[in-house]
Amino acid sequence: MAQSHPAPSHAPHEAHGHHEEMSFWSKYVFSTDHKMIAMQYMVTGMAMGMVAAFFSYVFRMEMAFPNREIPFWGLVTPAQYNALITNHGAIMVFWVAMPVLIAAFGNFLIPLMLGADDMVFPKINRLSYQVFLLSALVLISSWFVPGGGFGGAWTMYPPLSAHSAYSLTPMGSTLFVTAVALEFVAFLLGGINFVTTAMNSRAPGMKMYDVPIVVWFIVIASIMFMASVGPLIAGAIMLLFDQTIGTAFFDPNRGGDPLLWQHLFWFFGHPEVYVVLLPAMGIVADVMATFARKKLFAYKTILYTAFATGVLSFTVWAHHQFVAGIDPRMANIFTVTTLLISVPIAEMCFVYIATLYGGSISLTTPMLWALSFVGEFLIGGVTGIFLGSSGTDIYLHDTYFVLAHFHYTFFPIAIIGTFAGFTYWFPKMSGKMLNETLGKIHFWGTIIPFNGIFLPLFVTGIAGDQRRIYDHNNFPELATPLLQHLREFATISLVVMLLFQVFFFVNVFWSLWKGKKAERNPWKANTLEWVADSPPPHGNFREMPTVYRGPYEYSAPGRTEDYWPQNVPN
Amino acid sequence: MIEHFLPAASSFAHEIDFTFDLIFWLVGFWFLLSEAVFFWLIFRFRKKDGVRGQYITGELKSEKRWITIPHGLVLLCDVVILIFAIQTWYHIKQQLPPADETVRIVGQQWAWSFELPGPDGKLGTADDIRTVDELHVQVNRLYHFKLEARDVVHSFSVPAFRLKQDAMPGRVITGWFKPIQTGTFDIQCTQICGIGHGIMGARLVVETPEQHAAWIAEHSTTSVAAVASPSAGE
Repeated sequence: MAQSHPAPSHAPHEAHGHHEEMSFWSKYVFSTDHKMIAMQYMVTGMAMGMVAAFFSYVFRMEMAFPNREIPFWGLVTPAQYNALITNHGAIMVFWVAMPVLIAAFGNFLIPLMLGADDMVFPKINRLSYQVFLLSALVLISSWFVPGGGFGGAWTMYPPLSAHSAYSLTPMGSTLFVTAVALEFVAFLLGGINFVTTAMNSRAPGMKMYDVPIVVWFIVIASIMFMASVGPLIAGAIMLLFDQTIGTAFFDPNRGGDPLLWQHLFWFFGHPEVYVVLLPAMGIVADVMATFARKKLFAYKTILYTAFATGVLSFTVWAHHQFVAGIDPRMANIFTVTTLLISVPIAEMCFVYIATLYGGSISLTTPMLWALSFVGEFLIGGVTGIFLGSSGTDIYLHDTYFVLAHFHYTFFPIAIIGTFAGFTYWFPKMSGKMLNETLGKIHFWGTIIPFNGIFLPLFVTGIAGDQRRIYDHNNFPELATPLLQHLREFATISLVVMLLFQVFFFVNVFWSLWKGKKAERNPWKANTLEWVADSPPPHGNFREMPTVYRGPYEYSAPGRTEDYWPQNVPN
Repeated sequence: MIEHFLPAASSFAHEIDFTFDLIFWLVGFWFLLSEAVFFWLIFRFRKKDGVRGQYITGELKSEKRWITIPHGLVLLCDVVILIFAIQTWYHIKQQLPPADETVRIVGQQWAWSFELPGPDGKLGTADDIRTVDELHVQVNRLYHFKLEARDVVHSFSVPAFRLKQDAMPGRVITGWFKPIQTGTFDIQCTQICGIGHGIMGARLVVETPEQHAAWIAEHSTTSVAAVASPSAGE
């Protein structure tokens, strides 16, 4: 009786009759199928990720071995250096973390985990990807125009970003801001879809508290994104006007205020951190429950901490601006809210750790990624306290300590979270199993060098190493042998980590080609996506599922199996 | 911890270092505790043949205790950190002790220029001493600075002083510092400001009263001669 799917003898109503052969264009390019759109986002995001990784290789090499020819690049000029760091940051946040974590996993998982046949607005969904692709193309084109790519940091502070006389990138900066604005439009379209689908398309019987955490978190993240991005879209258009038609929104000589941009940017920019954090934490929750064979500890508490984080995240933005020239009294308020947000986040980590208690933990590749997320993210979390405290931020602001801190949050989010989800759902996406040995080599070859990159940078940051400097020899206090060795160590770790990514791609392509065929439910998991075929056809389910219980009923007493799928009546 | 790498050369450097260390020990404790429990649980509850997972919802009060008690303790630590963080901030940024002398600091792409009062001790008069990329101050004297930016956002940072303040075009931002140790220290621009950002450094020379008086005497004559005062009151 405890089979994971109903007898498939029912008239296979094969996906709305879309069984006929589709042309290449309608199947892969102009598809409205949520799974294909998810793949488009995933592939585009990963391709952009490889570009950003290459950029990081170039500028890290420059910092470790300044003014030398860098293999595959050559000499790095200061203008190139600035453009590389700027685009690395922007790509990783806007063109990797967002498309992969929110759009790719959101598109793939939301309908499948809710037991729906597709998103509620498939054409808006397709439009969302098309606008996103356009934004990526605009960004890429900005590197090849006269003057080169924009180099004023991903935060785009005016007047540097507003006047080409200051930035020396007349076209690069305009294209950069345009690309960012287009990207926001794409995710507004996607967000509407996610929220509406989650509200309206749940399988019969699925109550709000039966929705898997990862779906909840992607939906909360979408709501946060939509609520925070408005001011920045307005700001981006104001900045475009300043650049192109001579308005003076951010020009102090003509009555504007550069600080206004910083408020608009960070009012979005801080919630954005949690926008990408929540989907990653959701993925980790689902993976951990499956491989610990445990019900998630205090499901409702997890949800409430996410709500609390979401609300609080709108009140902390000025901690990026403590020393920016805001009224010093304001810093006190933002210190309080910032330290307060550590409470729900800490609680979320405690809940994840508590979930392990009493489990039966198997360390598969997805589980290793999920566990390492918790272990590494804790470092990112606790080092945030140093920066949220206004008193110590006076010193640490804009040092490598900040950089190391947010890479200990963002790397777990964008890289570890992605690999956890990718390796976990790969059997469902492709119908093939990944190779565990290659997966584990890739895991250790990524995690160990990752710490090798950023732990030394905490130290250089404490020693006063400031960010965005292409050659530290201009600053005697920063040109010490100790700091230079630490920088070299970080760079070598980065190169090692990038080389180990080969194992990932070999694993994926080899598995797609020759991998073991995946069964429907290879991990013996409870959620609805495992009811569908691997890979699911257009329309997803042979028979639309009905839901009888929550998603995490593992090791329930009185059952022979240690899992209890949501769609099985008893 | 910071003082292992850099001298604590201003009157408030020790306060920032202390707050940093305090946070380090508090969050270090929670970090190590969490990681220890985390790894122990992974080891203790690894998959064993014939042993099933336990069914724990985490919704019972007796179970939730494991979360709510640490939660309360974290909040308590947060409050302690808050008190020290805000106190440090208040002393350095919010309060403005009376000045012995005032200097003007201007950031522009890609240099720092400084204006010190000349022998008359007043800023904005004809005998002001103007320097580029080098600021000379006297030890144990409390300075106010008036920080400006000509073009884009810069940030005036002296790591040895633990001092950092963005310079915002269109504003004059007032702050203070008091050097307590003689020597030569780095001045950095810590806000990306264009292609020359990586070379926008300057030096801060803290001198004894005698050295400083000699420096003033040497430079006041040449400086008055060199800079006729068209922009003195700019």
